[in-house]
Amino acid sequence: MGVSGGYSGFRVLKEGVFGQKGWKPVWRDPDPKPDYDIVIIGGGGHGLATAYYLAREHGLTNVAVLEKGYIGGGNVGRNTTIVRANYFLPGNSEFYSHSLKLWEGMEQELNYNVMHSQRGLINLFHSDGQRDAFARRGNAMVNQGDDAILLDREGVRAHLPYLDFDTARFPIYGGLYHPRGGTARHDAVAWGYARGADRRGVDLIQNCAVTGIDIEAGRVRGVQTTRGAIRARKVAIVTAGRSGQVAEMAGMRLPIESHVLQAFVTEGLKPVIDHVVSFGMGHFYISQSDKGGLVFGGDLDFYASYASRGNLPMAEHVMEAAMTLMPAIGKARVLRSWGGIMDMTPDGSPIIDKTETEGLFLDCGWCYGGFKAVPGSGFALAHLIATGRHHEPAAKFRLDRFRTGRGLMDEEGTGSQHNLH
Amino acid sequence: MRIPCPLCGPRDRREFAYQGAAVMLDRPAPDAGDAAWDDYLHNRANPCGETRDLWFHEAGCGAWLVVTRDTATHEVTGAELAETVASS
Amino acid sequence: MRIAGRGLDQGTTSVPFTFDGERLTGRAGDTLAAALIANDKRVVARSFKYHRPRGILTAGSEEPNALVTVGHGPQADPNVRATVQELYEGLEARSQNAYPSVDFDLMAVNDLMSPFLGAGFYYKTFMWPKSFWEKLYEPVIRRAAGLGALSGLANEDTYEKAFAHCDVLVIGAGAAGLMAAWAAARAGADVILADEDARMGGRLLAETEEVSGQPGHAWAADRVAELAAMDNVRLMPRTALTGAYDQGTFGALERVGRHHPHRPGKPLECFWRIVARRAILCAGALERPVAFPNNDRPGIMTAGAVRAYLNRWGVVAGRKVAVFANNDGAHRTALDLMAAGVDVSAVIDSRAEAQALGDYKLFAGARVIGTRGRKGLESLSLRQGDRTLRIEAECLAVSGGWNPSVHLACHMNGRPEWDATTLSFLPRSGMVPGMVAAGAARGQFSTAACLADGARVAADVAAELGLTPADTPVPDAEDRPYRIEELWAVEGRGRKWLDFQNDVHVKDVRLAAQENFRSVEHMKRYTTQGMATDQGKNSNVAALAVLADATGRSIPETGTTTFRPPYTPVSIAAMGAGAQGMGFAPRRLTTSHKASVDRGAPMIEAGLWYRPAYFPKPGDASWQEACNREVTTVRTAVGVCDVSTLGKIDIQGPDAAALLDFVYANTFSTLKVGRVRYGLMLREDGHVMDDGTTARLGEDHFLMTTTTAAAGLVMRHLEWVAQTLRPELDVVFTSATEHWAQFAVAGPKSRDLLDAVVDGGLDPAAWPFMACGAVDVMGVPGRLFRISFSGEHAYEVAVPARHGAALYRVLLAQAEALGGGAYGIEALNVLRIEKGHVTHAEIHGRTTAFDIGCEGMVSKKKDCVGFATSRRPGLLEDSREQLVGLKPVDPAGRLTGGAHLFAETADPVRSNDQGYVTSTCHSPTLGHDLALGFLANGRARHGETIKMVDHLRGVTTLARVCEPVFFDRKGERVRG
Repeated sequence: MGVSGGYSGFRVLKEGVFGQKGWKPVWRDPDPKPDYDIVIIGGGGHGLATAYYLAREHGLTNVAVLEKGYIGGGNVGRNTTIVRANYFLPGNSEFYSHSLKLWEGMEQELNYNVMHSQRGLINLFHSDGQRDAFARRGNAMVNQGDDAILLDREGVRAHLPYLDFDTARFPIYGGLYHPRGGTARHDAVAWGYARGADRRGVDLIQNCAVTGIDIEAGRVRGVQTTRGAIRARKVAIVTAGRSGQVAEMAGMRLPIESHVLQAFVTEGLKPVIDHVVSFGMGHFYISQSDKGGLVFGGDLDFYASYASRGNLPMAEHVMEAAMTLMPAIGKARVLRSWGGIMDMTPDGSPIIDKTETEGLFLDCGWCYGGFKAVPGSGFALAHLIATGRHHEPAAKFRLDRFRTGRGLMDEEGTGSQHNLH
Repeated sequence: MRIPCPLCGPRDRREFAYQGAAVMLDRPAPDAGDAAWDDYLHNRANPCGETRDLWFHEAGCGAWLVVTRDTATHEVTGAELAETVASS
Repeated sequence: MRIAGRGLDQGTTSVPFTFDGERLTGRAGDTLAAALIANDKRVVARSFKYHRPRGILTAGSEEPNALVTVGHGPQADPNVRATVQELYEGLEARSQNAYPSVDFDLMAVNDLMSPFLGAGFYYKTFMWPKSFWEKLYEPVIRRAAGLGALSGLANEDTYEKAFAHCDVLVIGAGAAGLMAAWAAARAGADVILADEDARMGGRLLAETEEVSGQPGHAWAADRVAELAAMDNVRLMPRTALTGAYDQGTFGALERVGRHHPHRPGKPLECFWRIVARRAILCAGALERPVAFPNNDRPGIMTAGAVRAYLNRWGVVAGRKVAVFANNDGAHRTALDLMAAGVDVSAVIDSRAEAQALGDYKLFAGARVIGTRGRKGLESLSLRQGDRTLRIEAECLAVSGGWNPSVHLACHMNGRPEWDATTLSFLPRSGMVPGMVAAGAARGQFSTAACLADGARVAADVAAELGLTPADTPVPDAEDRPYRIEELWAVEGRGRKWLDFQNDVHVKDVRLAAQENFRSVEHMKRYTTQGMATDQGKNSNVAALAVLADATGRSIPETGTTTFRPPYTPVSIAAMGAGAQGMGFAPRRLTTSHKASVDRGAPMIEAGLWYRPAYFPKPGDASWQEACNREVTTVRTAVGVCDVSTLGKIDIQGPDAAALLDFVYANTFSTLKVGRVRYGLMLREDGHVMDDGTTARLGEDHFLMTTTTAAAGLVMRHLEWVAQTLRPELDVVFTSATEHWAQFAVAGPKSRDLLDAVVDGGLDPAAWPFMACGAVDVMGVPGRLFRISFSGEHAYEVAVPARHGAALYRVLLAQAEALGGGAYGIEALNVLRIEKGHVTHAEIHGRTTAFDIGCEGMVSKKKDCVGFATSRRPGLLEDSREQLVGLKPVDPAGRLTGGAHLFAETADPVRSNDQGYVTSTCHSPTLGHDLALGFLANGRARHGETIKMVDHLRGVTTLARVCEPVFFDRKGERVRG
């Protein structure tokens, strides 16, 4: 990067020699100014990426990101780190494809190692019908310009020999292989975007909770916060997990219910799972972190919750899925479980849109798939805020699709009303 | 998590299916119009705190319940038969 | 080494075991850690990042260092804490994460590189060239990382799960827990007393003090015996409480068979779900080390562990022992050692006012500033005022004070409170509803206080439960005050380790602060502090104190990270017990299952059911041949197929028809008794939920069928509608799916077949298409429906399930006599595609009645579920993808499921995508492939040639769009 403070192997060596004394703060801790062009509510992955792309793509740096806790403390810091572009419905397909392309240059772009690892993702299927459904998905991925390979049973065995091919309740018929799918170091994504935004002049303001949104004559004027009033010409709500509460400050009711999704990590183990594996019959997905922990998760707990923690029935169900699918990991021990708050929309797809209030923008409804969307969402929202026009790959994430029925994106086919995803 | 079924007593969560906010009981008339139906089916107060939501005692008595619950703490403060609520 | 005359299990048998292949001997009652210490094993593990030599630090499940692999082959169990593993004859333990051996580990080269590998260094490098991350850096990092290794073999051990219920769950059976359980039980409560240790008694087993004039361990044994004799008490030793969940639900892991040699078929572990009206947290406290330079050498242990090894197991980890502490409690370590004849070389107390409690060399106001001994402690340096001294010691007992075990209390998001007196976090009341803490878990550190607290808290709990507390005398015991001063990190040359396993030291935490990772969560995530297998139990508070210091804040201002379940790690096999192989989901079998299996049919999953795919015959070249034969049999003679898996819901009452009118898009109130109608059910979001036929068996009596997959969902839906949306309707219904065995009899000869089995024969005039009614089938009251999924003249005949197997036999025999036979779901699928009947491949959740050409079925004269929303403009637009039939232009052309559709000349890319194929088959009837699919504005495009592209299978086929009915379009056969 060549800028002072840049990261490199040489710099790591140099600082090692000089006792690490030269490392500077990754970001500043500015006090909020009374006035900004743009205020982004929410210092999670999406908010930070939005700020970064506002600065990087649009030269807009009189921007503040307001975070009620610490940077990256929301769902970007508590997910299963999967990055993929294997959606098939119009709207989702082009968006996640674009997002994956941004992932692919992220380290160099941010000069920060987010450890994006394209180790390949395999979605297993367990019937002829599921094979056709996955073929439809895979063909859509190829139509979009992404990669997908339909594996038969032996093809899956070649990649994942440790699965139970002989006695599992739902036999493995094959898998949809997405070689460019993978994982990334989740916290690093937040930190990398935060550092990039900060260095371009964006103010990242932690421990600053928004308590009100000021609207006059249908136009947003700024926000009230625990650190004082801040005026702004444009305000974006980027608070997935808490979207309802923040939107309520602007008098909106959103098509969102908040649910808890649990995830789990085992103790560190020598390499055993090289891919991301997803088991649809059991709502189970797993990968192994670079540190050696098996990181896995399953379905929602299925009740509205803001508690950031789950209960045993779903935790046990996830372990049961693991045992029927890959009984070779039975002796791995779960070290920690956690829960994130999911913004669940009726159709399971997100919203990036303007609102009826002039200057107020919304980025929410990421359900349980927000992590991989971080760059794409930030890019698209920055585009929308800066230009007033929807970024083409995200142009179908409209708020009004539920009212009109036009462009619903129900990837799972379970419906477009609440509690079906 | 345990739900106090008015008919069966407190039962483990795994006996129940969940259906979301109890506003689903207030179904609009078929001709109520787009906005009313959009609101009914999609838009939610989604409170962080006390809520009333719908649980179906599927592996028990088969009753639909309206449960009063706190979404931040998971405290359950009441449960009544949805049929009673809907009929009142 | 073993100390003669010490330990609770003196005189027990000797137990042979191996460590890294070396044959060693311990004694019964030992943990593996105790036995390793007895055998003078010092380096038992390597740390995660720098592969530094590690010895045993603790005597409990919080152990961060001594993780080993136990067993071999499929029994190999990585990351077992040697401090928890009970010794048994033949136990086979191996060290981990070291090559070639734990004593000489090549990966220790990392330690030499450590100046360059500070906190978060990897975020700053390994970025060039771009492709090297997956190809080089990551594989190298992955191989170096991790602790133990899984065997790679499928689990062969047995694990179990169980539920338990009680009035009072007492967590921990130390002084407080025993008193609490005793008091609660005497008040009449149903009590579960659980402790992760094999032997109950907690610290009473590790200390020499007396309770009620008895040795503490003897008093504990008496209490345990007394509790065991009570009917209302269940003792659960070897059971670690792993998590606190809502409404008094707890998770617990019992080590059922880990203290035996491998016993095939007997459970290894049991995962408990315990539901308790009240819980008392008596989990005690964990001692914390101090971060002084090079504080990680083998031989440096917590002081409490040194006493536990001495007093409970009769072993000590060195000939000369020193003590370093900031509190009174640690001094008894010196007294116990001296009483056992062990040489105590120094007691170093950071407090200037410290007083010696016995005849040992006390350095008051002193600190340990360095240690020596690469593979084990040899000596230490201390500084007292201006002087520096070197002290010989092979073991250093360290105490930085005690942290109450508040973990479970924090599992529901509650944050503990900093207590400046005990310098520890204490649980606040109400953090877990229904749970209270007692004893050391809430900062009561003397034995007398623990005993009294347990009794008092249990009495309160009993009273809350409406019980009358019995008088529970509190025995006399040691009641020394707990005096401590702050001492977290000692300055000096050398790294001051905090997280021993993850190799995080004080400078890493300071670097995090320097780089502005000042939030405790940032520090944790940036340095990995507290993320090792002990989850920071040994190091978090000290790390927090260092961060507080580095950022100029107090500890309470700095905050804490969150403790989350499980308290101790739980194997996936235990929590997922029962699911391996077929156990993951129930298996539902039809009454004809055995007959199908006997005929060689592959049985395949249909939801939870199993159905025959096809019925092979000798000489079949492939399944396709069998399928073709079965299709032709149905089209030309008669076939029999078990359709019992379809959901059947019996609906009765004066308002039964009104209910059906409301749940179906079309109308059922106009259906005549004795007739059947196809119905389409919508979700409230206006999309198709399910379809099926419903028969009117009487004026107030209907029988609804659902698809196999949606049976449960539809039942739930009907209950929803009847109880909440239309509570005024007088209607009842029940699932009858399992109660009836139902068989399709399809083909031109189906009437002949049924004529032979229905009592009195079949009068054609009485059984027109879509008729239904009661019949006797060979003397058994049954039901007959003249309905058809195949498009042929067909019936479905139903009898009570107990007669199903017999009827299937009869039907098959009759069919075969008529030149027909059984058909499976492959043929069923071909038959329905030829007729364009939809299944969940088409009504896949995203389709509307409009999309499948059934918009006309949605009655405009009445309300129904989904009616209003199905009128949304976006659901009625011509541009939507609509159901069409597809035929290959070249009859040899292949059609494949999941392929996408494009204009004939368009590039197969997303922007040109016009639809997709949902179902395909090869039609033996028509001699070519057929497909159903969805095509944008498809109904207006019949006759058009389009391009089907399946990138994944490498198939591109030109196909003609047609009406989605390929055979007998006028439906003459079904009525004939």
